[in-house]
Formats: sequence, structure tokens, C-alpha cells
Amino acid sequence: MTASPSIQDTSSRRTSFLGKGVEVRRGLLAWAFIVPITLVHLVVVVGPGISGLYYALTDWSGIGKAEFIGLGNFVELFTEDLNFRAAFRHNLFWMAFFLTIPMIMALSAASLLAQIRRGAMVIRSMFYLPYVLPSIVSAFTWSMLLNPSLGIGAALDKIGIKGLDHPWLGDFRTALASIAFADNWHWWGFLSILFLTAMQAIPVDLYDAAKIDGANRWQQFRNVTLPGIRPTILFMLLMTAIWSFLSFDYVWILTQGGPSGASELVSSHLYKQAFLRFEAGYAAAIGLTVSLMAGCIVGGFTILRRRGWEI
Amino acid sequence: MIHRLFGQRENLAPNYIILGLLCAFAVIPILILGFNSLKSNLELGENSVGFPRQFQWSNYPDAWEQGGFAVTMTNSVIFVVGTVTGVVVLGGMAAYALARLNPRGSNLYMIYMLSLSTIPFWLYAVPLFILWKNLSLLNTRFGLIVIYIALNSPFAIFLLRSFLVKFPPDFEDAARVDGATEVQVLTKVVLPIMWPGLLTVALVVALGVWGEFQIALIFMQEDEKMPLTTSYFNFMRRFSRDWSLTAAGAIMMILPVLIIFMGLQRRFVEGLTQGGLK
Repeated sequence: MTASPSIQDTSSRRTSFLGKGVEVRRGLLAWAFIVPITLVHLVVVVGPGISGLYYALTDWSGIGKAEFIGLGNFVELFTEDLNFRAAFRHNLFWMAFFLTIPMIMALSAASLLAQIRRGAMVIRSMFYLPYVLPSIVSAFTWSMLLNPSLGIGAALDKIGIKGLDHPWLGDFRTALASIAFADNWHWWGFLSILFLTAMQAIPVDLYDAAKIDGANRWQQFRNVTLPGIRPTILFMLLMTAIWSFLSFDYVWILTQGGPSGASELVSSHLYKQAFLRFEAGYAAAIGLTVSLMAGCIVGGFTILRRRGWEI
Repeated sequence: MIHRLFGQRENLAPNYIILGLLCAFAVIPILILGFNSLKSNLELGENSVGFPRQFQWSNYPDAWEQGGFAVTMTNSVIFVVGTVTGVVVLGGMAAYALARLNPRGSNLYMIYMLSLSTIPFWLYAVPLFILWKNLSLLNTRFGLIVIYIALNSPFAIFLLRSFLVKFPPDFEDAARVDGATEVQVLTKVVLPIMWPGLLTVALVVALGVWGEFQIALIFMQEDEKMPLTTSYFNFMRRFSRDWSLTAAGAIMMILPVLIIFMGLQRRFVEGLTQGGLK
């Protein structure tokens, strides 16, 4: 039961002056400390996660016995369920939106902010502020501001700027993009602070050297800043891609997937199947599909990295 | 040449203009929310985004009353306190054990935790719902808190473990040589060292639980036990035309968050300037 010396130097050193008995007791104590939270985690995440794999292969309402139907749910999902197909397309749009718009906003904001001193802390807090609000509050705020008769559009209309008093959330052509816009409002500022923190770790010498070589600000950004925070950018791109499949709050609060499915995401579709139509087996199949997609993104990322891409 | 380059100050005006616009984008919606919470519905109809001409403070007690905020705010506080306590105690214990007691397989355990924390919620949401129903934990405060503890603990363990690893274990060893029991080492030596890390964890977890929506929507469907977020969702739909009322409700929900944010932001600023002076 003694800790092997290879794990950490300190453990072997301590064994030498505290004796073996103490080390054994401490090993037991350690696991006594680790077990409680592990049990909670097993019951909530691991157990249901594994049984979800089985439920995905059944026809089940959540009550009574689940009927095993093999891949039937997946056949239905990919060949018959047009709502799922539409939701999946919307998710791809969602991912494309969040891989670009917030990234560009955050990168420009962070690089502009990194150059200034006066007022930097205040600006930083302001960028960060929307991120600390509950999703329900930011979603409500934007449902108010995007309202055609009482929102920003109506106010601009009164002072002569026409055309923005559009039912952004009620029109099937603009609903999804408007929800993404509202979600991004709370997200980009936080992202920019992450990038700013990474930028501040870049040695100042590199900028000085670039300036001596006559680099202008754009060249400094391209050749010093971007390579310097590359790991942070790539990590956030990966996380964004994964999160984009899980996004739920803003869609559910603002439109519940409407009007007529125009803003349905895979998550809201799953929620409806599971908790409004009580198709537990089918919903588990959707959940598994979404997870596999997220897994594929991580897998693809890992493969590219193994193949020698510098990511 | 070099002197001229460094002596010349870069023109920062474009920076301030663009950053100012972005600040406006971030803050103005919150300001409008505040303005609208003080207007009468009549005024909101013609002045939907501007400063209120007349302050109708009664929106706040009205929203408090009609939204049942006394009940739901208590519920949210219970969820926050329960989750924070659970995560800090159970996660803190695990982090201490992993960082200091060097049990066999601790590296493997960290990999296990890391991979588990990436499992998407939607993979286990439905089976967890069924399990909670069978265990009669659905629509109970305890059941929701257990889920929150499970989902917040991997992050807490990572943060607290890396926080502890930064400090050498010399103080603990010295206490042990002086004959302190493991429990005394933990409470008298380790806890004071871990304190800032625990505070950070508590703050992040509290913020997350206060605003959590989707899990509460699924696992807490009884009105009188709902947290602020999902109860406000129903309130917002019930009074969808009464925006001054719903805006007042939203402000009441975010006020504690804003106060804590402002308070800690100041600390944050001080820490950074001190670091910069060195």
C-alpha cells in the first residue's frame, strides 16, 4: 500500500522519516477523501451515461418496460425525422456563427485593449459584465430589445431610421440568427478577456523587436500576437465546436424552436421528445448522436494534431 | 532612428473609439433593462429605450409580489448554499487527497475526472431523469443539489488541486513531526492555505447555480420549489405584455450578482496594479 516512489519525489522522502505505517494510513485516508465525491459523480453522470447507451436502443416512454428495438431509433432519426434534420442544419449554422463572429469580436477587442493603459480595467469589467448575468435575464432583455413595436427598432423608427422594426424573433428567416446574436452578446466579452490574458503573457521584447523591424500594428498582430496566443485560440475553437451542439437556454427561452421549427436546435428537439412527448428511448438516441458528433470533433482534432499539424 | 520610433507615441484614438462602441454594446442593454424597470407601461409604449421620465418604483414590490420572488429567491439561495457547501467540502477533500496524500493511481483518477467532465449533458439527461423519478428525487431540493454538486465538482477538483500543488508541503510535514494528527493538519494548516482557492471555487459555483436554467427546468417542476430562473421564465410568459413588471423582476434577480461582481472587481484591480508595480 505504500506509494511507489516513481509517482512523486516528495512521497518517498516523507516515507523515509514518517515510517511505513503512517504512509499506509495516509493512503487509506486519501481514498476515504476521494470516494464521496466520486460516488456522487458516478450516480449522476456515469451510471445514467451508460444506461443511456442502452435506452437509445429501445422504444420506451420512461414508464414500464423498455422494448429493445436495436438501431430502430437511429433509422427513424436519420431517414424519417425531418425536424431532426432541420435542427441539425440549424446546429451547423450555430456552430459556424460561434466559430467566427465572437472569435473576430473577441480577438479585435482584446488586441485593441492590450495596447492601452488608461481605462483598461473599466473597459475590461464592462466586457465581462454580460457574461455574469443569468441566461434568462440576457435572453429576456433581448426579447424586449428585438420586439418590433417596443424595442430598439421601434425607437430608431421614431427618429427616422426605418426598417429595423422587424419581428426578429417572430420571422422564420431571422429567428435563429437573432437568438445566436443574443447568445453571443453574453459570450464574446468573456472570450475577449480570455484572449487578453493570453496576450499579456507574450514577452514585450517580441513587440519591441517587431517595431525596430518597422512592423506596423497589423503586422505586429499577425506575426507576434496571433502566434503567441495560438494555443488559446485553438482550444476555444474546439470548445466552441463542442458547446455548439449542447446549446439550449437561449433557444428555449426566446422561441422554443419556433416559429414552426425555424429555430429548432438538436437540444430543443431532444427536450421536446423527452419531456413533452415522453419518448425517452428516442430522446436518448438523439442524446447519443449529439455526443458522438461532439466526440468526432474532438477525435478529428486529435488526429490532426497527431499528423503533425501544429495545433 | 530607434529613439524616434520609441519616442513617438502610437495614436490610440482609434482603439478608444472601437472599444467604446463595444462597451456600449455590452452595457447599454443592461441600462435599458434598468430604465424600463422604472417606467409605467403607458410610458414604455412611447419611450421604449430611453431614460424614464417618471419613476414608477412600485414596479418592484409589484413584481416581487406577483412573481413570488420571496419564495423563489429563498429556493435559489438554498440551491446555491447547498451546492457550494457540497462542492467545497467534498471537492476540497478530494483535491487535498490528490495533491498531498499521493494515493496510488491519483494520476489515473485525474484523467478519469477530465474525460468525464467532457461527457455532454444530453447523453445522460434522460436516464438521469428516469433514475431521479424512480428514486423519488425528482422535484426535491436535495435531488437538484446533488446534480449540481456532481456537475460542478470536476472543475473544483482541478482548480483546488493545482492551487495546492503550488505550495510546498513543508508546513504540513513540520506539523506532523510536532505530533499533529491528520485532522489537525487539515484544519490548522491546509485550510488556511487553501482558503483563497476555496473562495474562488465558491464564487464561480454560486454564480453558475444562481443563473442555472436547463437542469432546473427538467428536474424541478413544482412551482413552490423552483429557483428564480425557471420561475421567472413562467412569470415572463405570463406577463409577456407587462414589460415594466418583468424588467423589474429581472433587475431583482441580477442585483446580488452585480453587487458581488463590482465588489470583487475592485479587489481584482488592486491585485493587478500591485503586481504591475513590482
